[in-house]
Amino acid sequence: MNIISKPSKDNIKSYLPTGITLVFLSLLDVFVNAFFNYDLLGFFPSQISYFSPLIFGFIGLYLIRIEFSGIRSLDILNKNINSNNFNAFLTLLTLFILIKSIPPLLNWFILDANFVGNTKEDCTGDGACWVFIKVWFNRFMYGLYPDAEQWRINTAFLILFAIVGVSFFVSAKLKKYFILFLIFIYPFLGIELISGGGFGLKYVETAAWGGLSLTFIISAFAILFCFPIGVFLALGRRSSLPAIRYISIGFIELWRGVPLITVLFMSAVMFPMFLPDGTFIDKLIRVLIAITLFEAAYMAEVVRGGLQALPKGQYEAAKSLGMGYWRMNALIILPQALKLVIPGIANTLLALVKDTPLIFVVGLMELAGMIGLAKTNPKWLGMAMEGYVFAGLVFWIICYAMSRYSQNLEKKLSTER
Amino acid sequence: MIFKKFSIENKKARDLIPQAITVLALLSVIIYFATNAQINMGNRGISFGFGFLNQEASFDITFSMIEYDGSRSYGRAFLVGLLNTILVSAIGIFFATIAGVIVGVSRLSDNYLIAKVAEWYVEIFRNIPLILQIFFWYFAALRALPLPENGISFNDISFLTIKGWYVPKFIWTNFNIFLLSVIAAFIAIYFVNSYATKQREQFGKQLPTTTISLSTLILVPLITFLFFGVSLTFEYPVLKQLSPTVYTYEGGVSIIPELIALALALSMYTATFIAENVRAGILGVSKGQKEAAASIGLTKNQILKLVVMPQALRIIIPPTTNQYLNLTKNSSLAAAIAYPDIVLVFAGTALMQTGRAIEIISITMLTYLTLSISISIFMNWYNKKMAIKEK
Repeated sequence: MNIISKPSKDNIKSYLPTGITLVFLSLLDVFVNAFFNYDLLGFFPSQISYFSPLIFGFIGLYLIRIEFSGIRSLDILNKNINSNNFNAFLTLLTLFILIKSIPPLLNWFILDANFVGNTKEDCTGDGACWVFIKVWFNRFMYGLYPDAEQWRINTAFLILFAIVGVSFFVSAKLKKYFILFLIFIYPFLGIELISGGGFGLKYVETAAWGGLSLTFIISAFAILFCFPIGVFLALGRRSSLPAIRYISIGFIELWRGVPLITVLFMSAVMFPMFLPDGTFIDKLIRVLIAITLFEAAYMAEVVRGGLQALPKGQYEAAKSLGMGYWRMNALIILPQALKLVIPGIANTLLALVKDTPLIFVVGLMELAGMIGLAKTNPKWLGMAMEGYVFAGLVFWIICYAMSRYSQNLEKKLSTER
Repeated sequence: MIFKKFSIENKKARDLIPQAITVLALLSVIIYFATNAQINMGNRGISFGFGFLNQEASFDITFSMIEYDGSRSYGRAFLVGLLNTILVSAIGIFFATIAGVIVGVSRLSDNYLIAKVAEWYVEIFRNIPLILQIFFWYFAALRALPLPENGISFNDISFLTIKGWYVPKFIWTNFNIFLLSVIAAFIAIYFVNSYATKQREQFGKQLPTTTISLSTLILVPLITFLFFGVSLTFEYPVLKQLSPTVYTYEGGVSIIPELIALALALSMYTATFIAENVRAGILGVSKGQKEAAASIGLTKNQILKLVVMPQALRIIIPPTTNQYLNLTKNSSLAAAIAYPDIVLVFAGTALMQTGRAIEIISITMLTYLTLSISISIFMNWYNKKMAIKEK
């Protein structure tokens, strides 16, 4: 009778070692099976053998599920992954899937992958062909921008990073000038540097721009413009003047109701029809306007959320101090409202960055577009997996970093109420 | 007195000026664009109008739910595209909801491993652009599937190949009777539920509504099979050799890889957002509610069904509506992998052939606006129904 009694502190001496052995055995079986392709428990009939690790592990976990065992690490383990039968089952299943999926991933990414060489023929392994990324790396970063001029893009971005970096360490008063410079002077400087045409720099047409640098350029400009437009739209939607309110509502709902891709189509094929015959606006600028207006509508809704969340007393207090509409909004309302909606703003900016690959519909190619171009190159057919995994990784790093930064910012700016 | 009156009028005038300026500016921009458009269209010899919708489209569409071929009109092509958009959105919404709820609940699991895996699922799939995920599934993952002759077979009933997923076709006899029986079942369930609610509110009696509803839904259509001549047979896909090296499947329904890639990417991407909503909703129900429910003697299932879920749903539904809308709009990325949705068929091919940019882009945008607005109206109605009713 003692053998099948419930695991408890009394029988810990016999149950604990048996349980640990069984769990260890089941994990070892899966591990050996996954990494060395050898079936440790193969002496069982084949139908049972497939489930044997699950059965062994399950019994093992049942045996070590001892409440108040007095062993601290065992209690923590039981509480977190082994609190009941269902949880034990899920734990085992998750562990098995993780262990099983490591070897193929490891093989594909590193062990069977090829890193050296310059042509597709150098890729002999079954794994990824990272040679493809290596050879095309320059194109993925700079698009069709001429090789000899690429230092200009690098310089533009270096200046940007330098200013941002330095502004973290200077006093608050100097920081203000840095930010003003970044917003009002740097964009023109950067565009002049990259596009050329003056100061003895060779002109590079926007059709040649591309790759990751174009992703950054479009994101940066769209963020710069969509933010103020969004704030004005939000204020307009909350305005007491009906004409302004209805126009804002109409504008916001129109953009929010349609997908970005149709907006880009519109900028490509419909917008030129609205301009006098013969006028030509650069494709990149048209796309920038489209993305900016589109994201501004989303930004407006986020900011409106912040405005609505502010207590009415804030408005009344500002008015009672004799402030006008603009002074009240600029000094009292917006600083508080924007702080409230930092997560929403960050999400909108993230969505903006993630939307940039869509510019392929008008023929501009940033990172994802360049990969599409490279994978259809006759010399490099069949490289889609490597290309998209690489692009996914790059975008993931950018977006993950942005979302982490916004979380920190939110914590830093939060004030107790 | 005079002074006050004057100041009021002054304020009215002050309000009028910025409004008048805005309206005038907007009007002048519209007039400017309209005149330019008129001149441009005059130069190209086209006039504004929707008559082209009746012209012969003369292009083929790879995937269509209704009868279509090149001899049909542009209007018919638009309808095909619209139905394809609705199809992929509906599939996406269905799977995104299921996956989202599972992941969202898993994130709150007391099992550390499950919670972590769910968290990383969200972090990974949320932070990769949707278009890249679609490309990945379409150009990389689904291209790795075998050719038709060695397709992955599921019990010889359906086959997964590089050319798509071949599934059995349903062949109904007397389908309309079956459909009517399903509708009748739903109506019956509605009355049973409202009766049960009345009983609960008046006499405090609990009726087993879930069991009754489920059995009605199964039994009523089953009766039509037995007594009303409804029957269902399957047409299975069969491998057929076209030439020494080319094989294909005949019979059954072929689900094209574009649809699979798009539906997969859309639902996996949107599921991350829905998961976050579900998590926020469940966390949003305060602990006191659960404790209060437990202290008046409700069982664990009753607490979940009567106390936690109604309150959590109230938090979950509005942002999830937005996600459904986003999914519908994101389905337009279909154009990138040539799934014949409304953007590809209408704003792509039809626009190229007719050159009627203004009409076609306006129709496309209006369609999406209508879809968005109708989903949000439906969800607002549902939201209102779920909202707290003060008595």
